[in-house]
Amino acid sequence: MVPTNYYVILSAILFGLGVFAFIFKRNVITVFMSIELMLNAVNLAFVAFSQALGKLDGQVFVLFVIVVAAAEAAVGLGIIILIARNRQTLNVERVDLLKL
Amino acid sequence: MTEPLLVFFILAALAVVGAVSLILQRHPIHSALSLIVVMVALAGLYLLMGAEFVAAVQIIVYGGAIMVLFVFVIMLLNAGVEERTSLSKMAGPAGLLLAMALAAFVAATIAKSGASVQAAAQTGALSSTKGISEMVFKDFVYPFELTSFLILVAILGATVLAQREKS
Amino acid sequence: MHFLFATREDLYITLAKIGILLFIVLTVNAYLTWFERKVVAHIQSRWGPHRVGPHGLLQPLADGMKFFFKEDPTPAGVDKFVYYLAPLLALALALTSIAIIPFGPQPLHLHGRDIYLSIAPPNLNIGILALFAITALGVYGVALAGWASNSKYPLLGGLRSSAQMVSYELALTMSVVGVLLMAGSFNLSDIINAQGRHPQWGIFGWNLWPQILGFLCFFTAAVAETNRVPFDLPEAESELVAGFHTEYASFKFAMFFIAEYTSMITVSCLCTIMFFGGWLSPFPASWTFTHYLPSVFLIPFGLWVIMDGFRYETIFGRVVLPAAGTGITALGLALIVFPHINEFIQGPFWFLSKVLLFLFIYVWMRGTLPRFRYDQLMAFGWKLLLPVSILNVILTSFVILARMQWGAK
Repeated sequence: MVPTNYYVILSAILFGLGVFAFIFKRNVITVFMSIELMLNAVNLAFVAFSQALGKLDGQVFVLFVIVVAAAEAAVGLGIIILIARNRQTLNVERVDLLKL
Repeated sequence: MTEPLLVFFILAALAVVGAVSLILQRHPIHSALSLIVVMVALAGLYLLMGAEFVAAVQIIVYGGAIMVLFVFVIMLLNAGVEERTSLSKMAGPAGLLLAMALAAFVAATIAKSGASVQAAAQTGALSSTKGISEMVFKDFVYPFELTSFLILVAILGATVLAQREKS
Repeated sequence: MHFLFATREDLYITLAKIGILLFIVLTVNAYLTWFERKVVAHIQSRWGPHRVGPHGLLQPLADGMKFFFKEDPTPAGVDKFVYYLAPLLALALALTSIAIIPFGPQPLHLHGRDIYLSIAPPNLNIGILALFAITALGVYGVALAGWASNSKYPLLGGLRSSAQMVSYELALTMSVVGVLLMAGSFNLSDIINAQGRHPQWGIFGWNLWPQILGFLCFFTAAVAETNRVPFDLPEAESELVAGFHTEYASFKFAMFFIAEYTSMITVSCLCTIMFFGGWLSPFPASWTFTHYLPSVFLIPFGLWVIMDGFRYETIFGRVVLPAAGTGITALGLALIVFPHINEFIQGPFWFLSKVLLFLFIYVWMRGTLPRFRYDQLMAFGWKLLLPVSILNVILTSFVILARMQWGAK
């Protein structure tokens, strides 16, 4: 068996990389992808704890997180398409005005 | 080193490399591909933990639907190579600092509580699919129904947002 | 690897099975192109390929040679990595999905160990989900190929295909839920065995009858998922040149081609497993004389092949065809002589016959149906297929609930 610690540490590393990508990347779509990376990292921790405790609650919660991620992706990508259509750019720094 | 541990390290390395590649790649499609690698590696880890159903759902929903949507939007908008501005050069070190602080905080927490996690019984393989369905449809039935509303709202929102104005 | 395989022999057996299955699938792919050209030709009152070998039987070989020796240019301005990754991804995923399919019920007993007729272990609990996971990733091959080619027609083809495959995947998954409810399992073997619950019912025990709505939705969505006529918009010649693979030539094109035909085979296998009873015989179990049907088919076919061979004056006609015919006839006779081989062959025989039937339907549709318009395709998927498959799920669950409630077994 793989110790649960390993999974949690991997999850922490992935979450940290997700946070870094969120701040560092300039493209709206990639910024959005780093949110998905963070959600994935959290899911890993959930499943790891679920296995460690021998209970399925964690796995059920992962399913809910996935549903939320899917809903979020649909709305978020709709917003991104709107941004690209109205501002002709995907760079987050060029989308800093509340009103054109 | 036992075989599950070896498999774990291979998959973990794949996931970390994918996540780093997500940051380093400058074209959004390459970033998206890196993220897909991370997701498939995580699905492999779920399989390793005996969470078969979650692994399948991870690939079907994340890999097969959400990421396809991302790739689709990147293709649709013909997104080019990302430009690095002066602000992004500033965001680099700051973000690194923040991410490292966060990782250190999480690591410290794990180090403190590691013993108790280890001490918990590792029952290993659970009969996951049946158990999950029972939990979803009995214990968590109201949250489950709520998610359907969430999806409905998301569908409506996405349709309204992406619709061109007819004027 | 004691973690994945109990013993070292298991590893070798699995490797051997992979090799054999790969060989069979690639050969079947090659002859599927021949079959398709022949059948479409006859539908259109033509002869189809008949120059290379008797009945054009060597045509796939000639095509294969052509794929290998053609010039393989890489267009300027492509994204090299993704351009090379796309066909590999498409082919690898298509071939992987075949590994999960069980082809027969009983394991083969060899030197005291059971060898199951599938690469994946027979107790794979998430069988159908794993298949859907692999096919879900199949979109990337097409979408990335379209994007990486850096050309307008492939991009349009890639966009169309990713939209189409994501839309139809929903209906595909929903239409299977009825079957899963009836079987109560994701495991493909369990799904087949659930259809054989009443051995005397034969063909009427199959999921086809209670799940006829689900079957129609599933097959339609599956045809769309494999980008075949009448849903082959991603590669509509008259509008998009060749769609996503316009910029691919030679072996890279062949990889897309093989991937498409392999996914046709996978879908046919899935239809067989889900709705047509997999390896179950369509006759009641008490009709043991139907067990001689394979021989009844094989012996006349072998004799005909021998006869036919002598009509040609080539080596292939005079030597290879009669030899093959003798082999087929001998196999048919051997099945009568050795009953336990005959018993073993029943499952795979029915399975493969049904798969062949579905492949024929694929080709038949290609020969007869016109292509959808793009907006019609989307409207069909979202406004008809998805609601009907959801209705099917609701109806099935109500019937199952009613049976549980009022105890009609």
